[in-house]
Amino acid sequence: MRWLRKGRPLRLAWLLGLAACPVSSAVAETIQIRVEDLGFVPAQVSAHVGDTVEWVSRDFVAHTATARDGRWDVAIPADGKGRITLTRAGAVAYYCRYHPGMIGSISITAPP
Amino acid sequence: MRMRGTAALAALVLSTITAGAQGTKPNDAQIAHIAYTAGQIDIKAAELALQKSHNKEVRAFAEDMMRDHKAVNDKALALVKKLNVTPQDNDTSKGLVKQADEKEASLKKLNGAAFDKAYAENEVGFHKTVNGALESTLIPSASNPDLKDLLRTGLKIFQGHEQHAEHVVQALK
Ligand SMILES: [Cu+2]
Repeated sequence: MRWLRKGRPLRLAWLLGLAACPVSSAVAETIQIRVEDLGFVPAQVSAHVGDTVEWVSRDFVAHTATARDGRWDVAIPADGKGRITLTRAGAVAYYCRYHPGMIGSISITAPP
Repeated sequence: MRMRGTAALAALVLSTITAGAQGTKPNDAQIAHIAYTAGQIDIKAAELALQKSHNKEVRAFAEDMMRDHKAVNDKALALVKKLNVTPQDNDTSKGLVKQADEKEASLKKLNGAAFDKAYAENEVGFHKTVNGALESTLIPSASNPDLKDLLRTGLKIFQGHEQHAEHVVQALK
């Protein structure tokens, strides 16, 4: 169970019962996206199933990262963080519900 | 009629803002007060919308306005405190309040779809006016760099509000 100690994202995924990936692929990463000046930076990222995406905001207004296909709706508090563990492959376009001009996308593929 | 109303309001407020400066640049204390007042006006309008409207889209928009304008105004208050500036009431901020009070009185008389439409259209006009003032007068006139920064961020947020309000107007048609 060495991988359990490999960091919070994995532990979080495990606790939530979302670790759908086999243990052999326990190389899950945390991908950080900055939220600044009403934008997602970078706006496009690639990730694998099992990875965690973390939005780190430096804005003083609250945002969301809301998937257009409805698979998640993550709250990003002002000067705070929001995160989600990716459980399904696919190309997910997302936006901020409060500021619909803020858009981003994540290309999610099967674990390596 | 409706377009004339919104345009007339915009023209009135814009002329108030220009007249308020009286040819001279507003100082930072006045600018801070104008920006803060504009925020308070929009928060008050959103409170009215949340009391009166049953439309999901209108209510979500009003909640967005409350959240963002409160955040910007909290930031503005913290900044004036840090800069040790006392916000100064002035003709522009007084004009804004007068316009807003009149608008509020007319909105209060409306209900249902008529209210939703009038509120959303006024939000488009109001944000257009405030954004125009920020771009043409307030940001260029601000001398403190922190205040300038805050106004720039505010403009970016409020431009989003303007688009969002336009979207709500379209959705109500
Ligand atoms: Cu946002």
